[in-house]
Amino acid sequence: MIALQNVSKWYGPTQVLRECTLSVARGEVVVVCGPSGSGKSTLIKTMNGLEPIQHGEIVVDGVKVNDPKTDICALRAHIGMVFQSFELYPHMSVRNNIALAPIKVLRRSETEAYKRTEALLKRVGLEGHADKYPAQLSGGQQQRVAIARSLAMDPKAILFDEPTSALDPEMINEVLEVMTQLAGEGMTMVVVSHEMGFAKSVANRVIFMDAGEIVEDRPSGEFFSAPQTDRAQQFLAKVLHH
Amino acid sequence: MNYSWNWGILFEAPYAEWLLSGVAWTIGLFAASMVVGFGVGTGIGLMRIAPIRWLRIISGIYVEMFRNVPLLVQIFIWFYVMPELLPSDVGQWLKRDLPMPAFWTSVVAIGFYTAARVAEHIRAGFLAIPAAQMQAALATGLNLRQVYRYVLLPRAFRIVTPALTSEAISVMKNTSLALTIGVLELMAQSRQIESYTFQSFEAFTAGTAIYIALCAAVVFVARHIEARYAIPGMIQSR
Amino acid sequence: MTLDFSIILEAWPAFLSGMGLTLKLLVLSLIGAIALGTGLAAMRLSPNWFVSTFASSYVNLFRTVPLIMAIFWFYFLIPLLIGRPVGALTSALVALIFFEGAFFSEIIRSGIQAVPRGQFAAGLATGLRPRMVMQSIVLPQAFRAMIPGLLTQSIIVFQATSLVYVVGLSDFMTTTVRIANGSGRIVEVYLFCAATYFVLSYGASVVARYLERRLNR
Repeated sequence: MIALQNVSKWYGPTQVLRECTLSVARGEVVVVCGPSGSGKSTLIKTMNGLEPIQHGEIVVDGVKVNDPKTDICALRAHIGMVFQSFELYPHMSVRNNIALAPIKVLRRSETEAYKRTEALLKRVGLEGHADKYPAQLSGGQQQRVAIARSLAMDPKAILFDEPTSALDPEMINEVLEVMTQLAGEGMTMVVVSHEMGFAKSVANRVIFMDAGEIVEDRPSGEFFSAPQTDRAQQFLAKVLHH
Repeated sequence: MNYSWNWGILFEAPYAEWLLSGVAWTIGLFAASMVVGFGVGTGIGLMRIAPIRWLRIISGIYVEMFRNVPLLVQIFIWFYVMPELLPSDVGQWLKRDLPMPAFWTSVVAIGFYTAARVAEHIRAGFLAIPAAQMQAALATGLNLRQVYRYVLLPRAFRIVTPALTSEAISVMKNTSLALTIGVLELMAQSRQIESYTFQSFEAFTAGTAIYIALCAAVVFVARHIEARYAIPGMIQSR
Repeated sequence: MTLDFSIILEAWPAFLSGMGLTLKLLVLSLIGAIALGTGLAAMRLSPNWFVSTFASSYVNLFRTVPLIMAIFWFYFLIPLLIGRPVGALTSALVALIFFEGAFFSEIIRSGIQAVPRGQFAAGLATGLRPRMVMQSIVLPQAFRAMIPGLLTQSIIVFQATSLVYVVGLSDFMTTTVRIANGSGRIVEVYLFCAATYFVLSYGASVVARYLERRLNR
């Protein structure tokens, strides 16, 4: 489904990704973790071409992401993404936030798109909030709207970039529950997150990054019971202490 | 103070008609200059943030040129210098055949001057939107044009509404400069009534009151637009 | 057509004295307008309703009237009020000060309001009197926040002085018009005039941006 081969990226003279290679199979849930500044967010944003790369190859759903001939918009249309700071459109109602891309990109009729919006809101537990605006919702509710927005495009995979790290503790669970439910339905997911509980119970695999490098890439049970590198051990000791 | 009042003069022929026609010209200048200024200004503002280098450079030069020369100088250049610089038949047409040359020259001058200022506001409005918002919109598969059309432009315009409102008031005030090339707008008519009747106080009071009313109308309309497009749940800028 | 800029050299003394008057107008009106603006800003922040309403009405009045109108008003009103002619220079200067004072007061007020309220409370908590808190804690911070706005407005005033043309004062603008009409070299003279205003005003804006960047560090 998603395959990265020797991906490297620089911001000016500083290298932020070093020869990253990984693959995600259909239906798999992969959690990417690591200390801040390790390149996790950059890595996940290369997968739908939001961050260009200088070296390597990325193939998503059989399409070469870093090929200039690729219609990147068409690819993004069926790869969902959820952001740390939600990034809902503040000037649009919840309904229009969700229905904008289906109407403009998939050319669905308004009636059809709005009907689906209701169903999606029900799915993320926000029935009856369609007419509200983002600023009238709590952080957890906004992030669930953002998930509904990505589901509206019937994505083949969803990329989550630290979906819970801007949330107050009591709202984290409502978002994780929706994500767990999606994983149970067989959605392919790449999740950048520090939520080790979620990684343990839901992820098939955990990828540990440090300084732009993929240090470990192993089934989640193995990663938590016996991390192989010192760096991963230190990291786990720190995050599991909380 | 030695002054004989005569407020009645403002309601007598021909002075009342002078004032009214002055108001009409001022409103005409305002409306046309707004269309030019905000239209061209939005375009230049978008060029200022375009991902293409030479577009940013050209629009940057435009902004610096038009905001660093006094509007009065610009009006004179459009009116006196432009016809000389253009090919002679175009220059001849401008001088002889263009209907209402002073009016249209004023519109072009005020409009292009305003555009430079509007462009800077639009640019600032875009820069105030977090970069991740654009990424989020791109991630749903919208193309760049759609991202600007549905997400970034509507947000930027809301951010800059207060600044654009004061820009609109400036346009209203700047229309008075058209008197220097002979447009008989409100300022020119107040002045003319003054020099015909020597009732300076009445003439200027009438002109001033009408300018205040016109600017109040602009603010009233702007507030309505702002309230109409206000985003529920967000703090309103006042 | 061929351009012949020798007219600029021939009329150099006139241009120079025109620019002299323009700069004189600029400096004097800046001093007056900033002083008036500071007073108006203090009045607007006053707890006394009457005082603050007066100041805000003043500001709103001048913000909605064209500068040309203000120049004509004072041109005729001052002699009427004091009973003797004062000349175009004085009346234009007073008009510029009263008009621009309104704009400066807004910049100064928002600078003062940009200082967090907690700063005032913290100053009071250490036992300083309100006046001293204003002087040694709030105003120095406010001034830093104001500098870019003050400079930008000063550039606007520089350009605005050209409007004294309507009362025939021999500033740089009026001098330009006279030389253009007298010599017939309209294109050269106006282009020179525009270039001069541009260089001075753009140069000042570059300095303003540099200062702003330094202050933000």
